[in-house]
Amino acid sequence: MGIPYSYSFRNLWTRRLTTVLTASGMGLVVFVFAATLMLTEGLQKTLVQTGSPDNVVLLRKSSNSEVQSAVERDQAALLESQPEVAVGEDGEPLLAKELVVLINLKKRVTDTPSNVIIRGITPASLKLRPAVRLKEGRMPRPGSAEVVTGESVARRFKGCGLGETLRFAMRDWRVVGVFDAGATGFSSEIWGDRDQMMQAFRRPVYSSIIFRLRDTTSFDAYKVRVEGDPRLTVEAKRETRYYLDQSEAMAKFLRILGMVLTIVFSIGAVIGATITMYAAVANRVTEIGTLRALGFQRKSILSAFIIESLLLGLCGGILGIFAASFMQLITISTMNWASFSELAFSFTLNFGIIWKSLLFSVVMGLVGGALPAFRASRMKIVEALRAT
Amino acid sequence: MEQATEPIVRIRNLSKSYRRGTQIIPVLSGISFDIARGEFVALMGPSGSGKSTLLNLIAGIDSADEGEIEIGGVEITRLGESDLARWRAVSVGFIFQFYNLIPVLTAFENVELPLLLTHLNRRERREHVEAVLNVVGLADRMDHYPSQLSGGQQQRVAIARAIVTDPEILVADEPTGDLDRASAEEILQLMDRLVHEFGKTVIMVTHDPRAAEKAHLVRHLEKGELSVT
Repeated sequence: MGIPYSYSFRNLWTRRLTTVLTASGMGLVVFVFAATLMLTEGLQKTLVQTGSPDNVVLLRKSSNSEVQSAVERDQAALLESQPEVAVGEDGEPLLAKELVVLINLKKRVTDTPSNVIIRGITPASLKLRPAVRLKEGRMPRPGSAEVVTGESVARRFKGCGLGETLRFAMRDWRVVGVFDAGATGFSSEIWGDRDQMMQAFRRPVYSSIIFRLRDTTSFDAYKVRVEGDPRLTVEAKRETRYYLDQSEAMAKFLRILGMVLTIVFSIGAVIGATITMYAAVANRVTEIGTLRALGFQRKSILSAFIIESLLLGLCGGILGIFAASFMQLITISTMNWASFSELAFSFTLNFGIIWKSLLFSVVMGLVGGALPAFRASRMKIVEALRAT
Repeated sequence: MEQATEPIVRIRNLSKSYRRGTQIIPVLSGISFDIARGEFVALMGPSGSGKSTLLNLIAGIDSADEGEIEIGGVEITRLGESDLARWRAVSVGFIFQFYNLIPVLTAFENVELPLLLTHLNRRERREHVEAVLNVVGLADRMDHYPSQLSGGQQQRVAIARAIVTDPEILVADEPTGDLDRASAEEILQLMDRLVHEFGKTVIMVTHDPRAAEKAHLVRHLEKGELSVT
């Protein structure tokens, strides 16, 4: 048996001010680390939840998003009659030929303009997105200049609240309802009647086609056939895949930014831990000599100080995660780089992130404590005892 | 005092020098002597005479340049570092001038430390610790931290720690050096008891003539050479 863990723990407790200060430094780094992961997680969760695995999005080939895509009416008619398209209770195909346009709206608080997605919908659009529920007001009547807004848009953009009026495409549009789309990208969209919108925006073609698969396993065969059909110029993606691809660029950016920040900060925190542990070793030279004289091996001394440093790192990790957990209360919006529109999402904490953050903090502790612990274990007993 | 038994400590031609820069300073030069089992030996001498170095060598925390030290049949000058640490854990009890208790551990835990290096289980360790704390008369203070004890009490805890593994020899470096007269007297009486009642062999470095009086044998060191008084 080695030196008891309580020895390491109580030494940290004895100099608790130093411990708290050092752990706070490490906690700050863990906070940045966890917050970046939470941001990435929140972004991906929002975009991925937007899609449903049974739905297929059809876009013009090589379009990365609905905004860039265009699907001709004759192609749309052909795609509507494919056998893979599920049929609803009313006998109509569960397929929506939609229009997606970006418009510029001013934010309520800052008055700065930002892009918002306008989606021209058909009755099937709602059936394809069961997550979307009307929260206030009603749905727009077909053939009228009425729109419903996503909760996040309604809250954050001027003229988007219930009863307000928006002006775009040279017409006034009355907001007759607000819908709740949970934590999905639809919360950052404005929906209205498709045919009205196509007229107003003078668009002759649809942007995208979304449909429910009759049998979810038939996707691969469908994709091969449709993409190989010489009459068609579309590309088929599962809706989940489509939104995941959209989140990829942003997630990658956040990940790289987070890693760079974390690495730079962690160097500082590790140096802090090293200084603290060197001071701890220097203050306890006689103790180290005594323990060695009593018969404890070098490796026992090494592990006692390493454990002390690991505990220090762990304290920092817990502090950092504790602070980061409050970030869940914050909703932020950012540019969705794939559609150039605003997307609102929250920091999301999950067990994977907690685990990674704790591991990271413990590794910082290990790296910071290694040199001091090594020095402690290399001391000559006689010299250490003489240091009294 | 008759030396009927085998000597427990045998020292032959022991030499040790320190290097300071380019200078080599001899500390011990070719010392040979025996210590019988159950003896209370005081090492005296002026500062720099090498008495502490000799004690450290006997305790196995320093290494000699030349010569042999055999303790209880083990030639410790031939042991490697980890074997030496294992040997110290079972064969030597240390008593320091400044007690050297671990401040973050209670009296009980301090005394228990050397037992963590044995195969005793928790219950057996507790019994041993309680037994030795009774011997030093501090059973009622076992949950106190060193800072809550007086100097004399701390030294008694340190003595309990030194004897808890029932080692063959006890080495004491100025055990009364930091204590007032009354406490010093208590400590010396306790050490005397350890020799007479428990048959321990004690080797003590001291400047204190009163401490030396308790010893059976006083050995004087002067410039690395030994003389018997």
